[in-house]
Formats: sequence, C-alpha cells, structure tokens
Amino acid sequence: MQQVFSIPKSMKKGFRYTFCPGCDHGVAIRLVAELLDELNLQDKAICSTSIGCSVFLYDFLDVDCVEAPHGRACASATGVKRARPDKFVFTYQGDGDFASIGLAESMHTALRGECVSAVCINNTTYGMTGGQLGPTTIMGQVTTTSPYGRNKEYYGYPIRIAEQIALCDGTAYSARVALDTIPHINQAKQALKKAFEVQLQGLGFGFVEILSSCPTNWHMTPQEAHIRVKEEMMPVFPLGVYKDVTTEKGE
Amino acid sequence: MGKIVIDSNRCKSCYLCVSTCPKGLIKKSSKTNRLGDYLVEFDDKNNECIGCAMCAKRCPDMAITEVYR
Repeated sequence: MQQVFSIPKSMKKGFRYTFCPGCDHGVAIRLVAELLDELNLQDKAICSTSIGCSVFLYDFLDVDCVEAPHGRACASATGVKRARPDKFVFTYQGDGDFASIGLAESMHTALRGECVSAVCINNTTYGMTGGQLGPTTIMGQVTTTSPYGRNKEYYGYPIRIAEQIALCDGTAYSARVALDTIPHINQAKQALKKAFEVQLQGLGFGFVEILSSCPTNWHMTPQEAHIRVKEEMMPVFPLGVYKDVTTEKGE
Repeated sequence: MGKIVIDSNRCKSCYLCVSTCPKGLIKKSSKTNRLGDYLVEFDDKNNECIGCAMCAKRCPDMAITEVYR
C-alpha cells in the first residue's frame, strides 16, 4: 500500500496542538507546513509571528521565528527580509492583529511592495481574549463587546482585507480562501502556494486571507461553525483572487 | 482498499472526521483518551476505505497521522 498522507516534516516532532477542539488554525498551519516541505523552504524560512491564537505557530512549526509586537509582524518581516534577502520570510497573523492593531504596518508593507508573504486568519472575532468585537466582525454578530449585535450607528462596518490589500500597488497576489470544506481546503493550499511563489520570484507582497471558524467564541459545535462560515461569512467576504500580477502579465 | 492511523492522544473529539468520511467509516467510540475525550474509531469491516485522505485533511489536530491507499 502507498502512503498518501503523513505529517509534514516541517512540523516539530511530538507536537500536540493546544487549540480548542475544531479550530481551523490546525488546518492552516498544516497547509503552511506542507508547502514549506514541497517548496523545500524549511531551512531558509523565517516566520514573523503575531499576538493572538496564531502566535502558537512557533510551538508547532519547526522553522526560525521572530516575535513581533502586537500587529507589527509585517514590519518586523520587512526588517528580516531586508537584512537577509536570501531567506524566505512569512507572517502568520489573525485578523485583529493584521487588520486592526497592525493595519498601518500591514498596509504599508503591501504599498512598499516588500517581498514577504502574509497569511491572515479571519474568524470575525478576537479569539484568544474571549471573543470581543474585531475589525472583521460581521453586521449583527453578537460578541462580548457588542452584546446587541454589531450595528452601523455604534460600531461601523467590517473591513474586507483581501480587497483592501489588492488595491495596494506593491501587492503581487491577494486572495481570500476558506477552510470549511475539503475543496476549499485544497483551494486554500493553492492560494498559499501562489503567495509563497510571488515572494520567491521577487514580484512583491503575497497575501492570503483565510476564513476560519472559532467554535468556542461563536458558542457553536465545530460542524455548526463551518455552516456559519458558508452561510454568514461568505456573503460578506466573497472568496476569490483579487490580484495576481503573474496572470496580468500573461494577458 | 485503504487504511488510516489515528493518534488517540491528539484527538480532541470535534467529530469533524465523522461527518467528513464519504463512506461513514469513522464512528464515535466509547473509549476515552487520557484527557477524557470520547475518541473516534475506524471501523472498516468490509474494506470500503478508498484512502481519499479527506479525514486527514479535515482533522484540525492532525490526529489522523497516516493514510494508506
């Protein structure tokens, strides 16, 4: 019999995820690890980590990591890449880290066209601190700091990160994917691969926003959480590729 | 004909694999691991598993460590 699935070599030996049951962070980290294996990047990869549940990445992924202050992962990734242009530099952030606290750093990294890759996990809430209203919280969503649901009068509107990053001239690739079904997981891997490749080709900033579930803070079962991703999040955050300079050149 | 290997110490009983398996071969079990989670078990009496690895791709905790086809 042929082995068709095994734990990626880029994962630490004997790791055990400390995420809540059903959390999609585990799938996203596995996709990153599989791509580091496939593109043979483990030895030259440097990760710039964030604050939030995504920070646990360096407990599981066997690559060199630099810990950035809250939201400043893209800024420290810029420094790492400029000091060591031969290395593969990527960030792994949550939506609150990337699009709220670190929005200026993230946006200007894209505007400068830094050759780094950024992965942003969008679960529409601040997961680690107990489910507060985040920049991507969708209209009507009840969180601990919006107990009557998000409304436009008091809280304003959510940010669509992938579209905003695609507007920046330095961005080489910007896409939004989801992890609710197996076909979407396969698409997510393709998008991540593209975001990693534009960095290796020196084309510019590669960005992938991943719609993920947070069953604990949504007060749902993992199965219900994936239905919510499909029915409530996808109409607000449509999946797709918003910018891809490699195809634009070919046309 | 296929086979999967489940690492019971990684399983956190989210049961996403149970709803993902197209053949319904993964079932809830009455056994618990050292954390007290009710585990899943692979029940393939009629050799129906095709080794599609969808359970392993779905599992958020990488508790399905190996898939053979």
